[in-house]
Amino acid sequence: MNGFENILSDLLVHSPALIVAIPLLGAFLTPFFGKVHNTARNTFVLIIVLLTSFFSFLLVHDILVNGNIHTYVFGGGSALTSGGFAVRILFQVDGLNAFMAIIATLFAIVGVIYSWSFMKEHTGLSKYYTLYLLMIAGIFGMVLTGDMFNFFVFLEITSIASCALIAFYTNKGKAVDAGFKYIVVSATGALFVLFAIAILYGQYNALNIAVLASNIQFSFLDRIALVLLISGLAMKAGIVPMHMWLPDAYGRAPSSVTLLLIVATQASLYGALRMIFTLFGGQLSRSVNEVGGIEINVNLLIGAVLVGLAILTIFVGVLMALKESDFKRMIGFAAVAEIGYMILAIGAALTIMFSVNDLETSRLALNGGIFHIFNDALDVGLLFLVAGAVYYATKETSLNRLGGLARNMKYTTVFFLIGLLAVAGMPPMNGFSSKLIIYQSTFLVNPILSIIAILCSILLLAVFVKVFYSAFLGPKQAKYEKVKEAPKSMLVAMAIVAGIILFIGLFPDIFISNVVEPATRALVNSGEYIQYIMGVI
Amino acid sequence: MIYNIPYIAVVTLVLIGLYAVIMKRNLIKIVIGITLIESGVNLFLITLAYREDSVAPIYHGSGMRLMSLPVPHALTLTSIVIGVAVLALMLSLIIHIYKHYGTLDAKEIGRKEE
Amino acid sequence: MMGMSKIVKTMVSVALPLTLIYGLYIIAHGHLTPGGGFQGGAVVASGLAMLVVSYGSVWTMDRIKEKHLSSLESLGAFGFIGLAFLGLIFGSWFFNNFLLGNEYLFGMIGEGASNINTAGVIPLMNFAVGLKVIAGLFAIVLVMAYATSKKGGDL
Repeated sequence: MNGFENILSDLLVHSPALIVAIPLLGAFLTPFFGKVHNTARNTFVLIIVLLTSFFSFLLVHDILVNGNIHTYVFGGGSALTSGGFAVRILFQVDGLNAFMAIIATLFAIVGVIYSWSFMKEHTGLSKYYTLYLLMIAGIFGMVLTGDMFNFFVFLEITSIASCALIAFYTNKGKAVDAGFKYIVVSATGALFVLFAIAILYGQYNALNIAVLASNIQFSFLDRIALVLLISGLAMKAGIVPMHMWLPDAYGRAPSSVTLLLIVATQASLYGALRMIFTLFGGQLSRSVNEVGGIEINVNLLIGAVLVGLAILTIFVGVLMALKESDFKRMIGFAAVAEIGYMILAIGAALTIMFSVNDLETSRLALNGGIFHIFNDALDVGLLFLVAGAVYYATKETSLNRLGGLARNMKYTTVFFLIGLLAVAGMPPMNGFSSKLIIYQSTFLVNPILSIIAILCSILLLAVFVKVFYSAFLGPKQAKYEKVKEAPKSMLVAMAIVAGIILFIGLFPDIFISNVVEPATRALVNSGEYIQYIMGVI
Repeated sequence: MIYNIPYIAVVTLVLIGLYAVIMKRNLIKIVIGITLIESGVNLFLITLAYREDSVAPIYHGSGMRLMSLPVPHALTLTSIVIGVAVLALMLSLIIHIYKHYGTLDAKEIGRKEE
Repeated sequence: MMGMSKIVKTMVSVALPLTLIYGLYIIAHGHLTPGGGFQGGAVVASGLAMLVVSYGSVWTMDRIKEKHLSSLESLGAFGFIGLAFLGLIFGSWFFNNFLLGNEYLFGMIGEGASNINTAGVIPLMNFAVGLKVIAGLFAIVLVMAYATSKKGGDL
């Protein structure tokens, strides 16, 4: 057994690099397998994704159970050269990175299983699987890295691969138009981020996040860099007023692509959190007096702006979802509203982060926001999978023409019911746990925020009940007489997601104390992140 | 003052590019706007690398003179490659849109029903 | 698109090999002089674009199929990732420069002013990236020119 332990610990040391490198290798080998036979290529892609998830679970298990931080320097050598310069690219994985890696791994597996039969009758599938594996590699790279320019490169890889996948149905004009809108907003946001990275590099001569965070002061140029970083990453995350691409892109892409697109959006949100809390972490408690002689704390300013944007996002998302008549676009607008909930919790946590008698509330709000990232991906993902199954069976996306499907597609109806209850925040689903924490913590900050959040949740429930009635219940229609149940692999994928929703909903304490708490602790405690690199000479 | 001219050029390029992306309706003009923003950011990266009276950072044949920083040169190169890929993708999508709709006006395309 | 006149085709036949050799020179000396994989690949691809413009995209598409370019591109990318994985196997870190320090093949650093046999894994990675860029950019130019040549037909 001793040799096995040695091999396992060796693989653990190299796992951050292998998690990104194995999908890349698989992506470039897929066309060769595609020439042989279709099933060989599908099996190869599934094997690659399972191998990646094995390494990912190894790494995540070590971080969450033992509480270490893993650093991987590309090309060997130490993190800092003599003299204290960090010249090599490194991956640094702590609790928050492990949390995002769990989300990415889970949805990669579910997406590939779902694609097996959803895309079976389309042509050009070798290119589809190559781009899919590239997107997975890009998301993992964005989530695991500790270097600013490396983050920008993986951000661009993800956005290019996902734009090509959104425009997959090239025979329909609307899908290509949605892809064009997506790439324009993505490219502009990423160029803003590059501008901010250039400003920070010119001032401090470092690209590593830990080295930058220990040297940064809050001069005028740093404030410009902070604004550019937040606005560039907010463009990619779909926060109002830069949200116009989100319903189009989510609605016109194939459903398995939408699943990964949700994870890519949340990885951009993770990037914004990492910049605010770790890069500018030491400067959050200082006060600026820009606005006419009044002294405001930095964390209060950023928190107030985030809360304002969040309220706007929730309103716009829910109100636009009320008047939609297309199935997937409606779920897209609900996804916009859910992102607003996450930003609301995190903004509220920022405003009271340093007052001494509100520390518990601030921690609670951060817990709720980060927990909601995971839950939102599961809920909205399940709804999109169901919409894809309905489209596969009936080739119809407009709610005016659907109806009475519950007789033929029993399992799909049950899954839609679970997703509906989870999005609206009803017990015993996981949406209830995270939304309860958000309501409770924002009530203690300001009661109006929590009232708005509860109202919009009720509106979401109303929207989705209408969808459920018009699509699944109701009289039987003649043209849907021969509609069959969705194929087995799609049902397996939906069952995995629904099972995890029910598990987290029934036992939320296990999940919060083991997975969410380390992430929150890693987010607030930026000193540990910095010391791990700077203390190693 | 003369050493600030590259920075003024960078801000001018980025602002003109943003104006083109936000205000123009023709799809090709939006693509040109994105290319202008990208050129501005690349110029900014290269300007940061220059030191006064420096030569190119090549190891042999330059004597003991001051060299400009090589790291922003590598960052700019990566950014140019990414810009080429994004430009090729956007132009391919425009070819598809034109074949399908027959027009390149963003308002007209948004109004059409498939 | 249709080709151009006889004079242009003759001059392109003279200028194309010069451009290709110049581009390959830039790729091969990437670790000694300014240049490298992407820059040299872009020069070669622009020379091949000259071919598409002067002889016509239909002529070129009949002789060079797009799926061969796709295989070449995958080969270049696989070479790059394969060298990184070999760094993991032989040098015990991912992307490690494992060829430094042996005396046969690309072993030294900075040995003389223009000695190609130096700097480890870097020239090999330059070749892989150069191959990928040549195939990729040429495929983009060829497919775009061919797609807009059919009048009113499908893609």
